Amino acid sequence: MKNFGYTINKDRQIDFDKTDKRISEYVREHEPSFNICIACGTCTATCSSGNFTELSLRKIITLVKRGDTKGIQAEISKCMLCGKCFLACPRGVNTRNVIIKISQALEKYNI
Amino acid sequence: MNYDPFILPFSIGASILILTLILKYGYWIYKLDKDEKIKIVRGFFSIKLFKGIREVFLESLIHRKIFKENALLGYMHMSLAFGWFLLIIGGSLESKIHSHRPFNMPYEPIFFKFFNHNINIYPWADEFKFIMDFLLLLVLSGVVLALIKRVWSRLFGMKKTTKLRIGDRFALISLWLIFPLRFFAESITSGLYNNGGFLTGNAGKVFAYTLPLETLYYPTWWAYSSVLCVFFLALPYSRYMHIFTEAVLIFLRNFGIKSCKVFNAYSKVEVYSCSRCGLCIDKCPLLTSSRIKDTQAVYFLQSVRNKNVKEEKAFDCLLCGRCQEFCPVGIGLNNIRVSQRLDFAPGLQNFNFINPQQKEKATVAYFAGCMTHLTPTIKIAMEEIFKKAGTDYTFIDKDGGICCGRPLMVSGEIMKAHKLIEKNHNLIKESGAKTLVTSCPICLKSFKEDYKLNIEIIHHSQFLLRLVNERKISLNKSEIKAVYHDPCELGRGCGVYEEPRQLLQKTLSLQRIKNEKESSMCCGNSIGGLHVNHVQREAITMDATAALLKYKPELIVTSCPLCKKTFAKNPETGVKDIAEVVVASMRN
Repeated sequence: MKNFGYTINKDRQIDFDKTDKRISEYVREHEPSFNICIACGTCTATCSSGNFTELSLRKIITLVKRGDTKGIQAEISKCMLCGKCFLACPRGVNTRNVIIKISQALEKYNI
Repeated sequence: MNYDPFILPFSIGASILILTLILKYGYWIYKLDKDEKIKIVRGFFSIKLFKGIREVFLESLIHRKIFKENALLGYMHMSLAFGWFLLIIGGSLESKIHSHRPFNMPYEPIFFKFFNHNINIYPWADEFKFIMDFLLLLVLSGVVLALIKRVWSRLFGMKKTTKLRIGDRFALISLWLIFPLRFFAESITSGLYNNGGFLTGNAGKVFAYTLPLETLYYPTWWAYSSVLCVFFLALPYSRYMHIFTEAVLIFLRNFGIKSCKVFNAYSKVEVYSCSRCGLCIDKCPLLTSSRIKDTQAVYFLQSVRNKNVKEEKAFDCLLCGRCQEFCPVGIGLNNIRVSQRLDFAPGLQNFNFINPQQKEKATVAYFAGCMTHLTPTIKIAMEEIFKKAGTDYTFIDKDGGICCGRPLMVSGEIMKAHKLIEKNHNLIKESGAKTLVTSCPICLKSFKEDYKLNIEIIHHSQFLLRLVNERKISLNKSEIKAVYHDPCELGRGCGVYEEPRQLLQKTLSLQRIKNEKESSMCCGNSIGGLHVNHVQREAITMDATAALLKYKPELIVTSCPLCKKTFAKNPETGVKDIAEVVVASMRN
């Protein structure tokens, strides 16, 4: 078949049978400000670790909320907890505690 | 030998108490590290022992630090502690002189008046009668004040007094009863046999008219002895354990043992030394601004002692250190708080991505810190000053650096923090610098406390003052009215109070404010706490800003990028870092 330069994207639907909501529920319960994140990305823009590596808190939070928790552990353990994201956050999300709670949940549920 | 069955409760209680104390202290000292044990042995045979004795006298008996805070509260503690101590000494001397023997049974001084009805035949009987009654009056006045304090704590400069647990209630009530019962027992005895001084003698005469002395005589002595027994038995399980433990703590501290972030035997001594005086309660901004009423140091130490630390409580303290500064016992409260976080901290770490290289060599290494990168005007100002002063410097974290490790450290992730410390340590060593200048007090504290750099580590306010004194830069004086906010980590954390003030007085008209230096307020955005939410933090910030704005300054100056960022929300005045102030006055 002739290649016209078009590809078919993989389906991006969220499969509810495969989502893992345990982490987001744990974080929601222990750090309610997790709910008010609007995923603006200010945290990622200011991140100290993000200067050296592709660490994105915005992405992590979005993935946790979606229940797509694979590979989060490797990402979140790059955080130095310096607190720049916390000061920069326009919504007042307690980002440092969100990170700690995600890590705790990962350990708790052995993900 | 004088004997009566009513001395049995006292003797049994006292023996069990002494045995318990010896076992407990012996175990704690045995649990100390080897280095610390060597320090104890060395300290014991040196001048440090006498320094310790002096401090025990001033703090455990006189309670000098509480006196400084509030004279009435100090008097209450002193009258109970020092008064009781002198009663023991006085009673012991009295009974020994009267019996003409250097040793007698330990209960004899306590129940002296019971066993010796005709004391006037002994030498100095009148003097002793007066002194002992005076001391009893002193202690009784303390007990009355303690009762008043329970109801009306504001009189003692305290908005809130400590809450009690059941074990404490036992000890507290028995302690309050000891001296009134002693007073009654001695007065009744004096009413019958006329062997009292000005207090018990006169009271005895009054009681003789109103009370059936013969029937009350024996039961009151029994009650006195039993109450002493209850107090002695409850003591190791109540807050009164501090009476003896504080002395142990003072000696250990004088011998050079320091508190650390891992909970050890010394921390245990510290926890048991807390007298729950409650001075820390009103100092806590989480109480005064955020209305969190159950996390103050005194309650936290209680939960550590009872081994029921809640994660929330371990993490909500901002580590501003105000409580520690005012703790009359000198307990390392921040370290104890951090030590309780270790159990809850997740252990994941993946810092292999960080591999920065230091290429330049210079005599001064400048480390801006994460927070300074968030408020870039500070680092721009510093670079301008370095260039104008002709300093041979290298900017360690110019392209965005690694965190100093303190945020991880105080969150209980010590292993993770050490990874960062190692990387930064190498960077700084490679620069070959002799002086490390940092703009962030959090980094400063970390470099001083957790790194072993063996070079001079100073804050930029100290460095700038040095440049001015060495005439490398010159400043113009302006009449701008300014107030200076002491950052927690720089002031209470590192003890830098004077240099920023000296520097600012050269360029601005600096106002003195009420809560400055040791009692400076936290800005509210400290990285020391994880749990406190946005609204609670905002409340602290509002109060701290309002306290500064009360002096109607044209400018708020601070020397911490984190404080600057926090105060910048306030629209009424400008907020500047000390480096920016210096740069502005150089340009003029």
